[in-house]
Amino acid sequence: MYFKEDTICAIATAMIDAGIGIIRISGPSAIEQADKFYIDAKGNHSLKNFDSHTIHYGFVCDENENKIDEVMISVMKAPRSYTKEDVVEINSHGGRLIMETILKLLIKNGCRLAEPGEFTKRAFLNGRIDLTRAEAVMDLIHSQNEFSMKNSELQLGGELFKQIDELRKEILYEMAFIESAIDDPENYDLTGFDENLSEKNNKWLAKINKLIKNSDEGIIRKDGIKTVIIGKPNAGKSSLLNMLAGEERAIVTDIEGTTRDIIEENIKLGDIVLHVIDTAGIRDTEDKIEQIGVEKAVKSASTADLILYIIDSTDDELSDDERIKNIIHNNHVIVLLNKNDISDSISITEESIHKMYGDEIEVIKTSMIDRTGIEELEKIISVMFLSGNIMPREEVYITNLRQKESLINAKTSLEKVSVSIEDGMSEDFYSIDLMNAYAFLGEIIGQEVDEDLIDEIFSKFCMGK
Amino acid sequence: MVADIVDVIVIGGGHAGCEASLAAARLGLKTIMFTLSADNIAFMPCNPHIGGSSKGHLVREIDALGGEMGKNIDKTFLQSKMLNKSKGPAIHSLRAQADKLEYSNSMRRILENQENLIIKQSEISEILFEDIEDAELKKEGYEKIIKGVKTVTGLEYLGKSVILCTGTYLKSRCLCGESIQYTGPNGLQPSNLLSDSLIKAGINLRRFKTGTPARMDGNTIDYSKMEVQTGDTPVIPFSFDTDPESVQKEQHNCYLTYTNEKTHEIIRNNIDRSPIYAGVIEGIGPRYCPSIEDKVIKFPDKIRHQVFIEPEGTHTNEMYVDGMSSSMPEDVQLQMYRTVPGLENCVIVKNAYAIEYDCLCSGELHPTLEIKKVRGLFSAGQFNGSSGYEEAAAQGLYASINACMQILGKPYISIDRSEGYIGVLVDDLVTKDNLEPYRMMTSRAEYRLLLRQDNADIRLRKKGYEVGLISEEKYNALILKEKQIQEETERLKSIKVGANAKIQEFMDKHESPRLKTAVSLAELICRPELNYQNISDIDPERPQLPNDVIEQVEINIKYEGYIERQQRQVDKFKKTEKKIIPVDIDYDDVISLRLEARQNLKKFRPVNVGQASRISGVNPADISVLLVYLENYNRGTKSE
Repeated sequence: MYFKEDTICAIATAMIDAGIGIIRISGPSAIEQADKFYIDAKGNHSLKNFDSHTIHYGFVCDENENKIDEVMISVMKAPRSYTKEDVVEINSHGGRLIMETILKLLIKNGCRLAEPGEFTKRAFLNGRIDLTRAEAVMDLIHSQNEFSMKNSELQLGGELFKQIDELRKEILYEMAFIESAIDDPENYDLTGFDENLSEKNNKWLAKINKLIKNSDEGIIRKDGIKTVIIGKPNAGKSSLLNMLAGEERAIVTDIEGTTRDIIEENIKLGDIVLHVIDTAGIRDTEDKIEQIGVEKAVKSASTADLILYIIDSTDDELSDDERIKNIIHNNHVIVLLNKNDISDSISITEESIHKMYGDEIEVIKTSMIDRTGIEELEKIISVMFLSGNIMPREEVYITNLRQKESLINAKTSLEKVSVSIEDGMSEDFYSIDLMNAYAFLGEIIGQEVDEDLIDEIFSKFCMGK
Repeated sequence: MVADIVDVIVIGGGHAGCEASLAAARLGLKTIMFTLSADNIAFMPCNPHIGGSSKGHLVREIDALGGEMGKNIDKTFLQSKMLNKSKGPAIHSLRAQADKLEYSNSMRRILENQENLIIKQSEISEILFEDIEDAELKKEGYEKIIKGVKTVTGLEYLGKSVILCTGTYLKSRCLCGESIQYTGPNGLQPSNLLSDSLIKAGINLRRFKTGTPARMDGNTIDYSKMEVQTGDTPVIPFSFDTDPESVQKEQHNCYLTYTNEKTHEIIRNNIDRSPIYAGVIEGIGPRYCPSIEDKVIKFPDKIRHQVFIEPEGTHTNEMYVDGMSSSMPEDVQLQMYRTVPGLENCVIVKNAYAIEYDCLCSGELHPTLEIKKVRGLFSAGQFNGSSGYEEAAAQGLYASINACMQILGKPYISIDRSEGYIGVLVDDLVTKDNLEPYRMMTSRAEYRLLLRQDNADIRLRKKGYEVGLISEEKYNALILKEKQIQEETERLKSIKVGANAKIQEFMDKHESPRLKTAVSLAELICRPELNYQNISDIDPERPQLPNDVIEQVEINIKYEGYIERQQRQVDKFKKTEKKIIPVDIDYDDVISLRLEARQNLKKFRPVNVGQASRISGVNPADISVLLVYLENYNRGTKSE
């Protein structure tokens, strides 16, 4: 089945003033639509005569044949195109205004503006790309920062594929040996096999563990660190928020949460994204009693990766609230000892914090007025979550929860192999778990058909019907 | 001239033909079996044993479904052994040496005394068919409809179903070195006419090859130079219905010896005279049942290969030389066999030979074992490209049940890969591009921990009962067995023993770690050094239960974790088996399939996505494409 849908168009390059911009048109009438506004050097509408996969010089004109821009235009006929439909790409001079004008012309004459990811959706539905690639492309589309973009590219480029594939091949080899020995004991001897396998199994586990560790990091890099800021009113919470946000001018998104009074902000701190969960309640009730803030914080803290506890160093004494202590004991916490600029009235010191909450707790002296402490904060967060490496290494990070789950399942299976070998079970038992590990790893790279993924992708593409 | 009108016509009286004929007749359908030689019904032209690794499972499954093979070997065996006893229960496999003549005679008596069944010694030269008119059947891909068969003497027999069980007899020829004889196995008459009639009906055939070793005069063998191989005591019967007492008897010995460098040298020096290596044989032989030439060439590093010397029966001195099948010329054979310790002075009674025959191409069969193009024409056994008596019998039974269900207008029997080795066998024959005779192997079954020989009845007896081959009485016995297993398993899980002095003493006695807290009896059974039997001292309340119930309880408890994990694999497998592909799907419409996948999907026309994924040349990316297509197709259909 071929998706005989309408023809869509969109600006395929970034919406910035650049040297060149590309407008992509895909669908059954892509060539016809584009040809309405294209004339070649001789002034003819000749697009439909061009061979597939050729590029041509000419002009884009409006309905009255007024030249809008000098362009290069390429034609890729179905099915040999990204979407497997007829595709036309107009390389225009990339001014926003020019591109928008061309786009408006197309839309006015029967093309539809593509939804985000719709070209990929068509590529997927027309079978141009497999599921894992579709998944990676979608991640790319939804990328929020450079890391996730780079990582999606790495996954697409097959680095992940290569690593997982290697693991699978090694497991398969051992499985095949077991099978051969079961069928043909005369020619294949299993004496000493289990010790040998046990050694290999440990190596596999180490590799998988590393991928899992990377994936935790990767997910944090991609989605940000879930961060909750707690502290007494006037301790400097809002100033901190504003400073973090303002410093970088980088409030990436403002997403309204499921409940209307929770606001989630992505704040970029150098290369790290802090996904700050702030309750509207806290903001609105700055002047009310502390208890409300603490209660809300307690609730948010249960799902947070990081807690920034901001303390006014000029306060008379440190709060001994049990709930705060609880939060602090169960989380990654950084104490920001604020208002350090008012040096003569400091009454709470690092020592008093360590005394109250233990020696391990990280304390930074900050001043919102002097804007100090932010770099140190970034450094500490990076050590806490990203093994100290601010820039991602050239490594693959599984950042997709589905893939991570498969990875964990593979790990569990291989651990069962170890247990079986220790228990002295014969090969035909642990071959079950080897088979499972093999299949789970296959799910990650699309070598094993995972139907749930189909459902997921269909739902991500919002297939209404 | 129409000689008779029946329901089911079976062509061939080998292991597939026997099961097919019996099943049809037992289901109350008028059945006729044609054989080239009534004296050679259920003949064993190759090895003299039934069962063995994974084949023993098939025999148990045949028995669970109501077939005859297990019962017949229980009556006629010379030696019986449970193989792989040192391994887990999944690969325990029963094998029995058969008295070949007795096996054949006993099966013949069963057939002769079966109500509704006629045996005719006659060669079938043609199948009778007509073009199909019915539009619905056409849509399902049928082109012809079967009407009956015609004998070489010109008589027509009309029937609703025909089951081809022609074994290795179609246009067969036997090769022994440079000598070629146009006969079936063991010099029996071949069937030279039927192939052409099948081709006329649009059925694609190909050539396969198999071989058999020499038979020696037992009086010329020096057994003192060989290792004696004895049978098991007590003997475990194949059939769930055989009284175990009835199979405890004195058993015959087999013997183990080995080839050596001298043997291999003779083979290498004469390899150009082997018809296979010289290129005379076009047919493709089975990799998994290799001739001694193949073994020597393919495993050049092996300094010796096993050779088993096995009795052919009580009626003869002949001994079968297992492991040394060959198509070398006679003079080379004699030289080669005589290098083997104990065979130095051997006299060959029957030469080893290779046999070549017509059989069905891959892609011609429905999962019911009906030929796709011809409605009512079923096939089983070596004609379908398999090898082995047990594989043949299993298919004979399966094809016949389906032929009968079609006639009776009832649902077909279906056994999938998670339900039985039969399911694996049929699925592989139907979906794989098998390039050589297909042999059942343990490794082919993905879910073998569930497909054990010990639970074949629990897995399949219900299906046998539903089609009508298992009696009410036997089915009720199964229900009782299942109930006992369940109750006893629950009892063992619920009874706790405390860490008291008596228990600790018991643990010490069995060198098992002492208890720290109270545990259930089931937890104790899970310990490697303990089992159901040896914990009886601390389980005074246990009920009296039959051995087969205890066996199941113990396996269920001991391997519970593994069984559960395998069950989850099965659940996943079943999910894709349930994704049905519409019968009239046009694969050209699924635009992104790779060429090879498209061609093979068109050729095999799988009924569900699971099956599609197992077709040669179809990779997971193709399956994703297909799944997306089907998802769209279904959404499209629903919204219309």
